[in-house]
Amino acid sequence: MMSEVVNMSFAIPELFLLTMACIILLVVAFFKQSGAKLAYILSQITMVTAALLVYFAIAGDEGLAFSDSYIKDGLSNILKIAIFLINTAVLMYSTSYLKARDLFKGEYYVLAVFATLGMSVMVSAHHFLTLYLGLELMSLCLYAMVAMHRDSKTATEAAMKYFILGALASGMLLYGMSIVYGATGSLALSTIASAIQVGDLNNTVLSFGLVFIVIGVAFKLGAVPFHMWLPDVYEGAPTAMTLFIATTPKLAAFAMMIRLLVEGLGELQPYWQDMLIMLAVLSITLGNVVAIAQTNLKRMLAYSTISHVGFILLGVISGTGSGYAGSLFYALTYTLMTLAAFGIIILMSRRGFEAEEIDDYKGLSKKQPWYALMTLIVMFSMAGIPPLVGFYAKLAVIKSIVDVGLLSVAVWVVLMSVIGAFYYLRVIKVMYFDSVTEEHEVDAPADMQLMVSTNTIAILALGIFPGSLMALCVSVFL
Amino acid sequence: MIALSDFLILGALLFSLSVLGIFINRKNIIILLMCIELMLLAVNLNFIAFSHYSGDIAGQIFVFFILTVAAAEAAIGLAILVVLFRNLNTINVSDLDRLKG
Repeated sequence: MMSEVVNMSFAIPELFLLTMACIILLVVAFFKQSGAKLAYILSQITMVTAALLVYFAIAGDEGLAFSDSYIKDGLSNILKIAIFLINTAVLMYSTSYLKARDLFKGEYYVLAVFATLGMSVMVSAHHFLTLYLGLELMSLCLYAMVAMHRDSKTATEAAMKYFILGALASGMLLYGMSIVYGATGSLALSTIASAIQVGDLNNTVLSFGLVFIVIGVAFKLGAVPFHMWLPDVYEGAPTAMTLFIATTPKLAAFAMMIRLLVEGLGELQPYWQDMLIMLAVLSITLGNVVAIAQTNLKRMLAYSTISHVGFILLGVISGTGSGYAGSLFYALTYTLMTLAAFGIIILMSRRGFEAEEIDDYKGLSKKQPWYALMTLIVMFSMAGIPPLVGFYAKLAVIKSIVDVGLLSVAVWVVLMSVIGAFYYLRVIKVMYFDSVTEEHEVDAPADMQLMVSTNTIAILALGIFPGSLMALCVSVFL
Repeated sequence: MIALSDFLILGALLFSLSVLGIFINRKNIIILLMCIELMLLAVNLNFIAFSHYSGDIAGQIFVFFILTVAAAEAAIGLAILVVLFRNLNTINVSDLDRLKG
């Protein structure tokens, strides 16, 4: 199924992003005074337009392009639109943070748009080369982004750790790719899949390569035991950068996992299933247990991310279409919840005061009842309490592993998420039942306040009406 | 005649050496960066060996891309290193303990 026709139309959103990233770079270089402001406006326009470009091309033909190295399908469409739209919110939140701290520079937006381009390429990649290039484009931008706060000791240390472990992950992934290339003789995922299907390949060699690929993917997602970078980077990086790292790159990493493990090496499912079960169970256990001991809210959210990653893996473990759909649903809603959680942290912080410690939220309900309610919704949703969207996400993935008979895993995971509920509820207890110690002033711009509220209400609305998003996710994997 | 397995063993050795270097080394971040480069070179060796013995050119093309990306990666790594040194006045790995991880 070699497609010789170079179908440029599949890559229009990426070409547009690339052009705009270059334009923004020039704007930042030439307009010293207003560069950052212009870059912000331009990057917002870019994100929205790119989302629209994907949206209007949904009805067009799907399939592989550029010698089987690029794909446009339901998964790429839904993930690209999600990435672009969530990034508009991310940029809005982070701008309000950066402005208050003299970090409002154009470079942030250049890096953000290039990173988005990288994610977009990753989502559509169907070839080891495109996948690797997209991954590196995204990662390199993120390393630089974390290090952008040049005078902060913690930020630079976090950047260094992120860089070393990220590069290690890429190395592992590449080594796995080289082995799989040697075993199958191809770099295109579709050819690899058919080569494995035909058989008479050395399964030992293939599974050896697979181990390295799984390690690389686990590193990028942040699954235990490859999670070491995650808490440090989340805590050390300025909140605006943490917000960026915590949201859309996870969607791109999810796409990478689906492309590599399901679409490329789907025939090896018995091999990777066991590895993923281990990763998922360890992630959910360690994430939830260690999060209890945290006093820093960003670090707590980092451990909560680790446990959410475990849940995302659960759906993939099942190896069924409904499981993948559940994982996609989980990944999308996780991104939405994390966006809201970090949005609230940014909202409560102001110049000279980072609302990073859980104790900073003491008595929030007395001073800011509305935002206390918003935090309550986000925390309940992350804990998986109905009728919020986090509940349906957990339900979908757990149901998928029960369907394939992994009952003991399901029971353990449910047990762990009950333990996990403790630390989310502690935040709520601090907000509602402790006496006020902080001023709790909100001086964020109105658009940011409106966006946080919309974001949180979306979590509530999706929780009450999860049907349409769920149907969309299911249709991707039919 | 050098067999494919010889190249693969060399590649695996270089790769393990670089991974060991990253985990054992507690002294110098520059050595970490060197280990990362070595790791990518080990992968390159693998790709070239497979590509040569299977007569498929794609692997060698991939190597060019890896080399280019490795250069960009080294640039970013060194830039972060410079910033780190300016802040902490050290490039000792064990001094990176401000964050608990």
